[in-house]
Amino acid sequence: MRAGEELPPLEIPITRTLIVAGAIASRDYQDVHHDAELARQKGSPDIFMNILTTNGLVGRYITDHFGPAAVLRKVAIRLGAPNHPGDTMVLTGTIEEVDGDTATVRVVGANGLGSHVTGTVTVTVPSDTVLSGGA
Amino acid sequence: MDDELGARLKVYEGRAATLTGTGRDPVNLPMIRHWCEAMGDTNPAYTGPGAIAPPTMLQAWTMGGLAGHEGRAAAHDEMFALLDAAGCTSIVATDCEQEYLRPLRPGDEVTFDTVIESVSARKTTKLGTGYFITTRTDVRVGPELVGTHRFRVLKYAPARPAQQPPPRPRPVVNRDNAGFWEGVARHRLLIQRCTACAALRLPWLPGCNACGGPDWDTVEASGEGTVYSYVVMHHPPFPAFDPPYAVALIELAEGVRIISNVVGVPYDKVRIDMPVRLEFRSYDDELVLPVFRVREEVAV
Ligand SMILES: [Zn+2]
Repeated sequence: MRAGEELPPLEIPITRTLIVAGAIASRDYQDVHHDAELARQKGSPDIFMNILTTNGLVGRYITDHFGPAAVLRKVAIRLGAPNHPGDTMVLTGTIEEVDGDTATVRVVGANGLGSHVTGTVTVTVPSDTVLSGGA
Repeated sequence: MDDELGARLKVYEGRAATLTGTGRDPVNLPMIRHWCEAMGDTNPAYTGPGAIAPPTMLQAWTMGGLAGHEGRAAAHDEMFALLDAAGCTSIVATDCEQEYLRPLRPGDEVTFDTVIESVSARKTTKLGTGYFITTRTDVRVGPELVGTHRFRVLKYAPARPAQQPPPRPRPVVNRDNAGFWEGVARHRLLIQRCTACAALRLPWLPGCNACGGPDWDTVEASGEGTVYSYVVMHHPPFPAFDPPYAVALIELAEGVRIISNVVGVPYDKVRIDMPVRLEFRSYDDELVLPVFRVREEVAV
């Protein structure tokens, strides 16, 4: 774990099912996340992913990489281009800073329209797992 | 740029948006599993004995769900009402910043307080013009602060005005019925008449159904008629129409029938044998259609 290290990218197909399942699992029933007709009436070409799902995917990206012992401390994200069905989001990450067993990772999720999410995750990875896991 | 609304919204900074909300459910394994399934998250930390909730679920435990939020403070509702009244009816989340002080575990019962942290000046974005509202939610289990959640939304008036409803479909005009539509354009309802046997026909056809004669002239309908039959359209909705509405088969005084709309009464007051009178209605710059108005003496 060192500053400048890049995490392998994670490709996430943005299916209609993922958008709806994520919205419902996060208890977000806003129509723009499940009803294409109403989303269009509000000026969007289709339904789009809610911010809670994006947040969950960013968290997953980090813990997938650093392993089950990794502890998320902070997740701060900003949304840009929406995630619509049929698109693919590619998450990439770069370790910006390491302080002891805690790293700050810059995360970007890009889709076909541009940058869907940019953010920073602070994660603590207990040092024994760093050694044994080699992450 | 004068921003009177912005000044009125500023007043809400620092005020409570929620007064000690309570999570709808205690932290629980089924909701954790549903979340992990949706996210494709197979982290073993979220399953089995000793499972914790994915930290990014923090906000999910505070969501009102389909039943809506309880415990929203007046300040929140007032501020959103001001924005709605100003045309800022759309909302989109733009930022989420969460800090996790300790993991949440099944059985934890969360409470939360939300404060309106800041309201931006009026901003114009690609989506439209509006205001960024930032709230901060402190999530607790008992007295213990377990996480904070800062959330920013843009509440805005969409840049694109609401779309005009699609125009009513155009009639299909061809060689055989062009004369009918030319008549309608001049506010005359023309019935075809066979020059061989004098049989009337509507809709227009190339030949006579009675004698097969190809030659015809026209007579103008008097405009008097009755509802011969009707249906009420509820479903499926068609973009140019606003269901429910009645589609009627009108029998003209001349004995021929035409499909049209009955106007002047609600759809559920149309009745068979109702006397109606022809009129012409303009639907847009190009389209005029014959419709039938219920005669005043029977209007309900
Ligand atoms: Zn004839």
